[in-house]
Amino acid sequence: MSRLLRPASRFVSSSAVRPVARSAFQSFPRIPAIVQSRAYAKESGVKDYTVREALNEALSEELELNPKVFVLGEEVAQYNGAYKVTKGLLDRFGDKRVIDSPITESGFCGLTVGAALAGLHPVCDKQWLRQEMQCEFMTFNFAMQAIDQIVNSAAKTHYMSGGIQPCNITFRGPNGFASGVAAQHSQDYSAWYGSIPGLKVVTPWSAEDAKGLLKAAIRDPNPVCVLENELLYGQTFPMSEAAQKDDFVIPFGKAKVEREGKDLTIITLSRCVGQSLVAAEALKKKYGVEVEVINLRSIKPLDVEAIVKSVKKTHRLLAVESGFPAFGVGSEILALTMEYAFDYLDAPAQRITGAEVPTPYAQKLEDMAFPNESLIENYVAKMLRL
Amino acid sequence: MDLLTLPEARSSWESVTFPGAVNSKFTSALTFEHPSTYPAIPTYRCTSPDGHIIDASVTPPPDALALSMYENMLSVSIMDIIMFDAQRQGRLSFYMTSQGEEGTCVGSASALEKEDVVFSQYREAGVFVQRGFTLENFMSQLFANRKDVGRGRNMPVHYGSRELNIHTISSPLATQIPQAAGAAYALKMQRLQNPELPPRVVACYFGEGAASEGDFHAALNIAATRSCPVIFICRNNGYAISTPTLEQYRGDGIASRGTGYGIDTIRVDGNDIWAVREATLKARALALKDGGRPVLIEAMSYRISHHSTSDDSFAYRARVEVEDWKRRDNPITRLRKYLENKNLWNDEKEAAARSRIRKEVLKAFGEAEKELKPPLRAMFEDVYEEMTPEIRGQMAELKEILDAYPAEYDVGEFEGGKESLVK
Repeated sequence: MSRLLRPASRFVSSSAVRPVARSAFQSFPRIPAIVQSRAYAKESGVKDYTVREALNEALSEELELNPKVFVLGEEVAQYNGAYKVTKGLLDRFGDKRVIDSPITESGFCGLTVGAALAGLHPVCDKQWLRQEMQCEFMTFNFAMQAIDQIVNSAAKTHYMSGGIQPCNITFRGPNGFASGVAAQHSQDYSAWYGSIPGLKVVTPWSAEDAKGLLKAAIRDPNPVCVLENELLYGQTFPMSEAAQKDDFVIPFGKAKVEREGKDLTIITLSRCVGQSLVAAEALKKKYGVEVEVINLRSIKPLDVEAIVKSVKKTHRLLAVESGFPAFGVGSEILALTMEYAFDYLDAPAQRITGAEVPTPYAQKLEDMAFPNESLIENYVAKMLRL
Repeated sequence: MDLLTLPEARSSWESVTFPGAVNSKFTSALTFEHPSTYPAIPTYRCTSPDGHIIDASVTPPPDALALSMYENMLSVSIMDIIMFDAQRQGRLSFYMTSQGEEGTCVGSASALEKEDVVFSQYREAGVFVQRGFTLENFMSQLFANRKDVGRGRNMPVHYGSRELNIHTISSPLATQIPQAAGAAYALKMQRLQNPELPPRVVACYFGEGAASEGDFHAALNIAATRSCPVIFICRNNGYAISTPTLEQYRGDGIASRGTGYGIDTIRVDGNDIWAVREATLKARALALKDGGRPVLIEAMSYRISHHSTSDDSFAYRARVEVEDWKRRDNPITRLRKYLENKNLWNDEKEAAARSRIRKEVLKAFGEAEKELKPPLRAMFEDVYEEMTPEIRGQMAELKEILDAYPAEYDVGEFEGGKESLVK
């Protein structure tokens, strides 16, 4: 991994910070008010959380609730996490449970997989002896050093041991492009991990997603990849009263309809959910069309039912994601739609993805290499012949 | 009399050797080896802290070389200060300084030949300067202008140079180490095929943090078993971002691993530029001996700078610790004392050199910032050797748009303006 790459959050040192790589030049993508004031606005007890705070709360609650949970990764303890997600955990839970690792992804990832496997003891109650590992990567771009441990060991051991050796582990860290970190640090691994039988993969968007999915991942007895997004860490979302409680979890394999609509379905994930909602609102204002936006939340298992249900209603589908186009999450959604909902479609299902280029470093080119609100808006307008 | 006491059988029993450790003797004492049983590998130095050569076998380098190396270290340190501040002012997005490690880089690079191949990590500006990378080259990369050979596709400090045989720096950590072994293997094979070629080695730089990656271990083992002429140069500067060496490893530094892999190894004082140079000269000769072999140099120093412009190291180490190191010993002052002892340098020359270098850096900085950006055409190049029809189509479309709306787009800051888009 490149230690060279320090999330820029670093530079503002200790306080909770915006992760910016080019502070001086770049205004940070903020989520427009329209998305922030979703249905929750009127509910009582709703609080604003950044995604970073939501993740931090999820971790501290799980560390508190289950003494078997521990966190290991680069810079997670002393430094409070490269992106400050693990802030305060070392002080609260001590160095036996929040552990800094030497710079060796394959080493610490293998170590966490081994620890998770060793939690099994045939004479004891698995539920209580199980080590619940939580392994933080500085970014999933660096997890490539350790991908063998994730794919060949964590994901397969339960099956290949004849079901006697579960591997209760959560891999988490920022995934996808950030800003100004060039081609080697700007990749989206959703499709990579999403293609592996034996793994569960979730991609939170909002603060509620982040908290509920991470907690579910830690409690799940299987290896789970939580693919976060660096650009979302600093974004603020309302968190309902229920979600603020320590028993809040979001089930895997259930997509969430973030916006109801009748004219076209957008299936999307992670940061693109926010962008799609903005585009949907603009489309309503300009053309009066109602676009349904579905947040996948988990991509393995994938909620095919939600997709089919929505297509039955709208008869048009657009997949929006920021990975590379070939063999991606978008291709999978389109294929599934073709297999299960072909007869309900009025037009070919389409996709918007990242551009098929090594991610440019130049800021303006980088902006153009990934989907944004206006692109989604224009594409939908074209599909609906508006 | 049983079988084992027969003279013949006994000798064959004693001469049993396991293929995995042919030189190992049998012992009936059960003991575990522990690093503390052995003394730590010593640190070689040939210049005393007050600047005198203390190893009689070392021939001091010519004065002209000594002076140019001193100025190269000064250049790196002055450029670092200016560019670090420039980043803080928002004039470039990222920068990494190498304060405290100029000696390791300049010293080792001075011992290499021009045709030798270099793989570096990201804190080796001194290697680049010593090999002839100019201030203009540095600034062009930092500002991603049209003279940047990387055409603005990398983050700042990812320098590279084909003429100087330095591979472009790559962000992922430690990947250069096995690649260096491979490049060395290629050099060796090329020379076997064509003995006319000059003998060449690969120099590979990395930090002690990178040596925790699996790639490091794979590289050392493959280089040793394939006898690759490569010099691994580890800059052990005490910190990997915030992780101190105490938490990075438990053995005797990185050097002890070299011997473990059967590699000639030396630990040197990285603040002693002559020690680094001397060690690298000898390492180069060793690396080329008997068809080639790897050598490991562990250069000890202290990272006075922050890890990068995205780091504030006072969050995890005491300011006083850094100040102490700055004062106690550093490669620039040590070489300065050596030069002063030889009456080659004084305060006046120091002030003049610093002011001259500062001006040169600022001039290169200003020019690079104003320089044109790479041509628009570069957006479409370098994924395919020949542009595909689709890419040609996109390029033509861009040209049409620029032609149709000349008032909307200022393409003057790009080399060749929109004309670069004409095939």
